Amino acid sequence: MGATTQLHVVTGKGGTGKTTVAAALAIALADEGQRVLLCEVEGRQGIAQLFDVPPLPYEERRIASGLGGGQVHALAIDPEAALLEYLDMYYHLGRAGKLLDRFGVVDFATTIAPGVRDVLLTGKAYEAARRKEKGRFVYDAVVMDAPPTGRITRFLNVNAEVAGLARVGPVRKQADAIMDMLHSDSSRVHLVTVLEEMPVQETLDGVAELRGAGLPVGHVLVNLVRPALLSEASQQLLATDGVEQAVADALEPSGVDGAHAPALVEEGHAHVARQRLQDAQHELLDDGDVPVHDLPWLHEGVDLGALFELAQSLRDGKVV
Amino acid sequence: MPGRPRTTPTRTTTPHYRGVTGPSADALDVDALLADRGTQIIVCCGSGGVGKTTTSAALALRAAEQGRRVCVLTIDPARRLAQSMGLTELDNVPRPVAGVEGPGRLDAMMLDMKRTFDEVVEAHASADKARQILANPFYQALSSSFAGTQEYMAMEKLGQLHSEAVGHDDGWDLIVVDTPPSRSALDFLDAPERLSSLLDGRFIRLLLAPAKGPARLFGAGFGVITSMMNKLLGAQVLTDVQTFVAAFDTLFGGFRQRSEQTYALLQDPRTAFVVVAAPEASAMREASYFVERLAADRMPLAGLVVNRVSGTAVDDLGADEAAAASRRLSGGDATSTLAAELLCVHAERALVREREERLVRRFGASHPTVPSARVAALATDVHDLDGLRVVGDLLAGRA
Repeated sequence: MGATTQLHVVTGKGGTGKTTVAAALAIALADEGQRVLLCEVEGRQGIAQLFDVPPLPYEERRIASGLGGGQVHALAIDPEAALLEYLDMYYHLGRAGKLLDRFGVVDFATTIAPGVRDVLLTGKAYEAARRKEKGRFVYDAVVMDAPPTGRITRFLNVNAEVAGLARVGPVRKQADAIMDMLHSDSSRVHLVTVLEEMPVQETLDGVAELRGAGLPVGHVLVNLVRPALLSEASQQLLATDGVEQAVADALEPSGVDGAHAPALVEEGHAHVARQRLQDAQHELLDDGDVPVHDLPWLHEGVDLGALFELAQSLRDGKVV
Repeated sequence: MPGRPRTTPTRTTTPHYRGVTGPSADALDVDALLADRGTQIIVCCGSGGVGKTTTSAALALRAAEQGRRVCVLTIDPARRLAQSMGLTELDNVPRPVAGVEGPGRLDAMMLDMKRTFDEVVEAHASADKARQILANPFYQALSSSFAGTQEYMAMEKLGQLHSEAVGHDDGWDLIVVDTPPSRSALDFLDAPERLSSLLDGRFIRLLLAPAKGPARLFGAGFGVITSMMNKLLGAQVLTDVQTFVAAFDTLFGGFRQRSEQTYALLQDPRTAFVVVAAPEASAMREASYFVERLAADRMPLAGLVVNRVSGTAVDDLGADEAAAASRRLSGGDATSTLAAELLCVHAERALVREREERLVRRFGASHPTVPSARVAALATDVHDLDGLRVVGDLLAGRA
């Protein structure tokens, strides 16, 4: 446990399992005994669905315990609530906050005023990461289930976002403080991908964009990696003439009807094709000058047990 | 990139899996939908990463090759798919797709949201005012980064394409729209309303008030608000917003009106929604929400497309049985090992298939009237017209 709270930002293309990986990362940290805040910012209630609990309010609550005695708290960051909390914290507004709400200012500031929404969302994570009680940080780590790869750099680059708009004032100051944290050694942006063409391309573009903006890239986390089930020798055999008949004969002692052989061979070819595609995409990532860690594909789907399995894989891979 | 071992490109082949495709009692009849001249707009929606763009492009190509004059509006296509459709430049105008076979034709375009927004401004404001708006920093941020702008502009573009189509005798008779990869599938239905109500909203009205009449009508509260905003954001922001709002004022009515027209167009029986999903819990859940939302808004739903469905070539060999048989073959010669490994491959497929079946069945149980089509997972990515034809065949259950 370092002297400062670590911030792990998890992004990824839609459908790659960004929320699942963020949750697994939080559990991995809790397994090491850390106190972790897992937060989401897109109003999807993905964490609640994953952990099978009722929708999360704007309040930090414990949702899991790590094997090493750590704990995972979860929070769904809501920009409107964050704005009112922020105003109250810095201006002790109380009733004036309600007035802002009544005049539609809160709605305006959180939905339409560009950049302000993102400052509020990252700002809340910043506040949690800097919060102290009795002289020590409340959380050892904050894990953020962040917007998708295509929007991540803009989302994190709050400083640039508000630069053209808020040139002075507290929002600007807040943005500067957030940028300092994001650019520091205690922050990491991880990119989740699957081994398909478009997500991999987006990931590589995302890495370049993040680096261009001076944001620290952590790991590329490859999700749903399918194991190769056919050995090299079997693959060669599969490509020979008369393989259907040979497999039909070989099936005899297994009790499976030899008539299934052509279909099984067809499935074998499809498997090889998929593995080749996977390998080719993996090579592209390996050439990307970023540490890459593979997460196994779990054919039972994702439940709480699966999250702990993925967490173990993240610890084994020294991602945390 | 020299030196890197390259994988031989694998031809996209049609998998022949039973049980995955083929019309059944509640199957979505894609060819009938495309052949029906009454279908003028098809909107493909669903959560991110489920293959909306590919589905849109495949439907559009199939319709064109069956004789329709089609325009497909894509949002964010994969690079190679875009190239194969001739979408190499982002000029916000539909371009003919080369290589379409048969009597119809296909035009395709990729949405440029900023440009679409600019064009709306240019079309509806005087040249002078348009210049003022386009140069305003608040407008620039709004048109390129407001969370709902992409959704709003997709709908705006749809409205434009549709009115262009009706105006011409040999114009498009079918427009296929892909929807933006929203954080939630419902966003694009709400975005136009959200944007127009914000532009038309109370706070903006208040900001306009000093220019229009006595601000004191709003009481002392307003002074507190503006000074608060100035303190928070800096005075420049409010000035920018005020300038923008003042210049934009004449456009408000137009925005609201067009937003209402687009909404009405979406409710029209000539429109057909196709909800796209993948056989995963979260995507199927989103699909459920979406189906319910469309019903609540009285929008015509054609059906559900479940992409990337795993299939098996042997239906009557279950996962457990295959795994057990595989174990019985261990320790044999090379052919025996191959057979054992092939049984493992099959066991994995069967297991996934069983899980996916459960998810799709659950959806069917809660939405018994929604027709669906299942598209088998392809071994490779789709990035040419041939690949799209394969997907089209699978969609129509003709593979």
